[in-house]
Amino acid sequence: MLAGGRIVIVGASLAGLRAAQTLQEEGFDGTITLIGAEPHLPYDRPPLSKELLAGPLADDEVYLPLGALDAEFRLATRAIGVDLQGRNVALDSGETLDFDGLILATGAHPRTLAGLRELDGVFVLRTLDDCLAMRARLAPGGRVVVVGAGFIGSEVAATCHGLGLEVTVIEALPVPMVRGVGELVGRRCARLHADHGVRLQLGTGVIGLAGEDRVEAVVLADGTMVPADVVLIGVGVAPATEWLAGSGIDLENGVRCDQWCRALSHGEAVAGVVAAGDVARWENPLFGEVMRVEHWTNAAEQGRAAALTLLHGQEAPVFDPVPYFWSDQYETKIQFVGRVGPDVRVVDGSLDDDRFVVAYGTEGRIVGALAFSRPARLMAYRSMIARREPFPDPGAEP
Amino acid sequence: MRVVVDFDKCKSNAVCMAVAPDVFEVRDDGYLYILQEEPPEALRPKMEEAVRQCPTGAVSIEG
Ligand SMILES: Cc1cc2nc3c(=O)[nH]c(=O)nc-3n(C[C@H](O)[C@H](O)[C@H](O)COP(=O)(O)OP(=O)(O)OC[C@H]3O[C@@H](n4cnc5c(N)ncnc54)[C@H](O)[C@@H]3O)c2cc1C
Ligand code: SF4
Repeated sequence: MLAGGRIVIVGASLAGLRAAQTLQEEGFDGTITLIGAEPHLPYDRPPLSKELLAGPLADDEVYLPLGALDAEFRLATRAIGVDLQGRNVALDSGETLDFDGLILATGAHPRTLAGLRELDGVFVLRTLDDCLAMRARLAPGGRVVVVGAGFIGSEVAATCHGLGLEVTVIEALPVPMVRGVGELVGRRCARLHADHGVRLQLGTGVIGLAGEDRVEAVVLADGTMVPADVVLIGVGVAPATEWLAGSGIDLENGVRCDQWCRALSHGEAVAGVVAAGDVARWENPLFGEVMRVEHWTNAAEQGRAAALTLLHGQEAPVFDPVPYFWSDQYETKIQFVGRVGPDVRVVDGSLDDDRFVVAYGTEGRIVGALAFSRPARLMAYRSMIARREPFPDPGAEP
Repeated sequence: MRVVVDFDKCKSNAVCMAVAPDVFEVRDDGYLYILQEEPPEALRPKMEEAVRQCPTGAVSIEG
């Protein structure tokens, strides 16, 4: 067991914080140092597209509780490289920090569209500062164009609609969120916008922005100009691994890890280096799949799991969760557990209702479930998936 | 041990119910009900798990 020395955590957000708290709870009595590129103490991102975009919140609804954490925070500081042999991390301040254990928790950065001009009024949404800057521009009656009908784009559309703005969502694919929820449910999610009078334009790419200094319109591939006062680019995120290039750590759409969240180098686990959260791509033994999950619960759980591995090595449990996420859009609580599979069946209610549950299966086994506003029913499936139960018959009680 | 939920923060997403259905229940009326406010000591690990998993930080343990 690693008992003393220094553990450096790069990324001072949900995964990094949970890792730090776990180290302390488990009795680690060395130094814990968290490096965070943002100037803020750890805060919660889900409200950034929901309540906080709609209006001010109390600090305790924005910042994550630190509890009794005794750790050193280096904020507004970026890690720029790792030396695996020398066992140190280089910072943009010019310092290097030696470590006995290292936790990579740098999350993800928003993607942008290539070739778009930088104009005032165009935003991405990942940080507290992004949210406050965008919120300052949301005046009732204004026109918002959301590029990308993924979860964040859809939530922003719903929030802006609630604030009395005129909202248009542009999505390049014919059905939104196919990768995340499958085609059947993707179509149902598209309908949520239409039901609220939000325009959703599918199967159309964005090729440019029009305006002098301030954005005036979004230009579509067919030449149409969609007038806009505010534009949100919500086209997904990429894992924040640029600072690890050339370090020897295996990067494959994230930090490649084994079942214990140990970072790999040339396919072998690196001693004392683990990863967690949006940046980590690990082997989940429950599904026999290498996955990267970009959701809150995974960051929280994996931060803990990675810290346990650092302290206890392979005596720590493997990280084999049933992934879970939620998305609040209009009055609908969308919740998902597990993975998308090729077999899809409505198991509660009907897709024509406001509330239903859909199950996903593969090779006769249940691997996922999604609900609209059916939290308790959905959660019953979380344990069925963990127990590797068979794919349910139509109408079967969980 | 006493389980306390801050109902101003709770969003009834039933994550705690998945962890400990003997203690937490979200009903069809959309509200969370605490079935045992003082669960037996044997359930402590589950209660700690519920505290960690609640996305809104609404669950806490006293004692
Ligand atoms: C607007 C929004 C809404 C969301 N809503 C939901 C939701 O409803 N449900 C849900 O399940 N999930 C939601 N999520 C996803 C959830 O917030 C993320 O999965 C979670 O924040 C991931 O945590 P993390 O700690 O892995 O990474 P992050 O939260 O991305 O934190 C990583 C931190 O590392 C810092 N960093 C990056 N590179 C460096 C470096 N080189 N040196 C130092 N620091 C660095 C970053 O600045 C950042 O602060 C939402 C996310 C956003 C942005
Ligand atoms: S997990 Fe938290 S928010 Fe969800 S129902 Fe339980 S107490 Fe409420």
